[in-house]
Amino acid sequence: MDKKVFNGITVVDFGWAIAGPLTLKYLADYGAVVICVESFQRPDLLRTATPYKDEVAEVDRAGYFAYFAANKYSISLNLNKPNGLKIAKKLVSRADVVADSHRPGVMERWKLGYDDLIKIKPDIIMIRNSNQGLTGPAATHPGLGNHINGLAGIVNLIGWPEQEPISLMVAYTDYFVPHFAVTALIGALDYRRKTGKGQLIDVSQFEVGLQLLTPSLVNYSVNKKEEKAKGNASDYAVPHGVYRCKGDDRWCAISVITDAEWQAFRNAIGEPDWLRKPEFRTATDRKKNEEQLNLIIEQWTSQHEAEEVMRILQEVGVAAGVVQNAEDLYKDVQLKERECFWVENHKELGRFSHLGQPSRLSKTPARLYKVAPCLGEHTEYICRDLLGMSEEEYDGYLVEGIFE
Amino acid sequence: MEQVKGLLGSYRVLDLTDEKGFLCGKILADLGADVIKIEKPGGDESRKLGPFYRDIPDPEKSLYWFAYNLNKRGITLDIESRDGQQIFKRLVKTADFVIESFTPDYLDGIGLGYTALSKINPRLIMTSITPFGLDGPYKNYKATDIVVMAMGGLLYITGNPDEPPLRISLSQAFLLASAHGAAASMVAHFYRETSGEGQHVDVSAQECVLWEIANAIPLWELNKNILRRAGSYMSGRWTGTKQRLLWKCQDGYVLFYVLGGAFGVKTNKAIVRWMEEKSMVPEYLKNFDWSIFDMANQTQEMQDLIETPIANLFLKYTKEELYSEAQKRGIMLCPVSTSKDILENAQLKSRDFWVEVSHPELSTSITYPGAFAKLSQTPLTFRYRAPLIGEHNLDIYQGELGLSHSKLAILQRAGVI
Repeated sequence: MDKKVFNGITVVDFGWAIAGPLTLKYLADYGAVVICVESFQRPDLLRTATPYKDEVAEVDRAGYFAYFAANKYSISLNLNKPNGLKIAKKLVSRADVVADSHRPGVMERWKLGYDDLIKIKPDIIMIRNSNQGLTGPAATHPGLGNHINGLAGIVNLIGWPEQEPISLMVAYTDYFVPHFAVTALIGALDYRRKTGKGQLIDVSQFEVGLQLLTPSLVNYSVNKKEEKAKGNASDYAVPHGVYRCKGDDRWCAISVITDAEWQAFRNAIGEPDWLRKPEFRTATDRKKNEEQLNLIIEQWTSQHEAEEVMRILQEVGVAAGVVQNAEDLYKDVQLKERECFWVENHKELGRFSHLGQPSRLSKTPARLYKVAPCLGEHTEYICRDLLGMSEEEYDGYLVEGIFE
Repeated sequence: MEQVKGLLGSYRVLDLTDEKGFLCGKILADLGADVIKIEKPGGDESRKLGPFYRDIPDPEKSLYWFAYNLNKRGITLDIESRDGQQIFKRLVKTADFVIESFTPDYLDGIGLGYTALSKINPRLIMTSITPFGLDGPYKNYKATDIVVMAMGGLLYITGNPDEPPLRISLSQAFLLASAHGAAASMVAHFYRETSGEGQHVDVSAQECVLWEIANAIPLWELNKNILRRAGSYMSGRWTGTKQRLLWKCQDGYVLFYVLGGAFGVKTNKAIVRWMEEKSMVPEYLKNFDWSIFDMANQTQEMQDLIETPIANLFLKYTKEELYSEAQKRGIMLCPVSTSKDILENAQLKSRDFWVEVSHPELSTSITYPGAFAKLSQTPLTFRYRAPLIGEHNLDIYQGELGLSHSKLAILQRAGVI
């Protein structure tokens, strides 16, 4: 029997893109009814990005959206029409949580700000994910997660010493803000259960982003020191880096901290003479001659496949891992064993891997209850079954174009 | 720093983690939980992690320790000794969460695994944070940050195309795992509060890194296209065309990209207007119809034609000037901030983001990043600086468990506490 943690909880999500919807992924994967409010005029941003099934650019063939949208419902609702808004407000009156991840001001335009919502549902919990929070001079400055890579200073920590920094290609904070945001959200749900009180949760992507950089910020505030990019080097480990292996663009990450690990590393690769050189004897020696050491190690790694380098080193207790690309991850035996991807047939995408949850709960595991929704797939179900609309009423809205 | 109960005010967390799990307990502590960091006698190894207060390496001056143990209390205990285990089990009776980041099976091996502890306290939630999870073929693989970043897929897509993949210089993988660990613990907590049952939460850091790689998996599954690193460009979201993300300006860099679709129109028009004002707009951009500009049909040649004059515009300004213009003009652009910039950022100041925490033994107070969320009813609170070694031993062992002075002296001499 399934034990759904959030059984009976209903979430209405007016948000889009990544951080907002990914926060609610937690609730959907653990059994809440999470309704994405979209429309054909305004589909989720991720429905308009690659990849598309057979490269046919249609909203229901967008893999980026579907990958993150397991277990969710979708209603298509034109909020710019009065009756669309009326239905949205009806949904709010049935909801436990309302979520938004637009720029502050957008929800207010629809009269769906927190002050409006509590008039409809006094104990509502509203969670708002935005780039810089709901208040302050930059609150309404538009932007996406990628911009926060710059603003939060993450970009300054990527690159080779004394060279231009290199940006991440992904909107890094977008994918971890949800971890933080949902702790507050679940806490608020529990608080409401105990006290009957709802509340507003204001999550700034910028402020959450800084939580992963605290040591460097404190280092500046205390020592006036700016942390700098160090390539792949570490202050604590040497050798430490990414080494070229046999094949095209194949690499293995290796990290040796203790002298015992260094000894094991030497043994594992057959104690070649160069490793006995005095310039590599102690960690301090190795750090001093790191560049030379890395070049020599690469002479060894480049004769082996990355998987083999990992296996040889892991067998003797040295931290090593293949630099996995998407194909490697897709086939990764560890991820497979832990059922990290939820594979199911999707009517537009075919056999499709949805992203699961990164942990296993022993008694209430997350699982795939339903595949990612097509746009508006549940419009009728939500209106008729959840909101109890008559057939006549529903058809009236349909003709009026409310669901387009 | 007043005592406010917060969301988790009546719950206790026993935190056995090292740096792989510090942030998990810190998040729960920020939500109000009473988090007790348990270190081995003499102090945690992680206290050796820099940076240090005034660059003085000292277990009581690790800024890394300060940063991620803020809001916790601390005791010392040798959980491998018999006496230590008995004390730990007594603490477990009244605890709500235990979080740990030992190698898989370690706690089982010393009789303190989930099965044993859940017998003492069936409501207990135990959260284990490990590189690859508690089962599967790689469960015993050793890993540091760079290895997990490699195995989780973020490394491969970061860096210049003709150079080795690059990591973020400040370790991230276990911070991601810790943040997720807090979230998953809250899921289990919600279930416990409604059912009375605790459970074991098994977090894989590799899978947390996997969350970070955008559309790489569906891109492979649907189109057999491998997302590859492209330096400071974004690729793989629309066509094969790459969009520049990082731009040089007079005193540093800014983050900006030319986006298609309805979402990009306002920014793109505003940039052209700005170029017009500076007489820097090329002929072909003067009457450009941004409403039909779509990345899906964009060629690299056209993208470069658009980006080149923008690059020239940005070179005329400092990052502060660019950010201030961007805010005035509604352009999606942010500076690449240094730590100094962040500490001085007006938005953060206006939101009272920073917290000043007193460190009496250093005769100073230190500025820390504040709340990760603003909750209208139950704001996050900052109550203590990170604990000194064994700082709360008396409070816990004597005040709570009622151990006598002489018993404590014996335990101390035996190296148990």
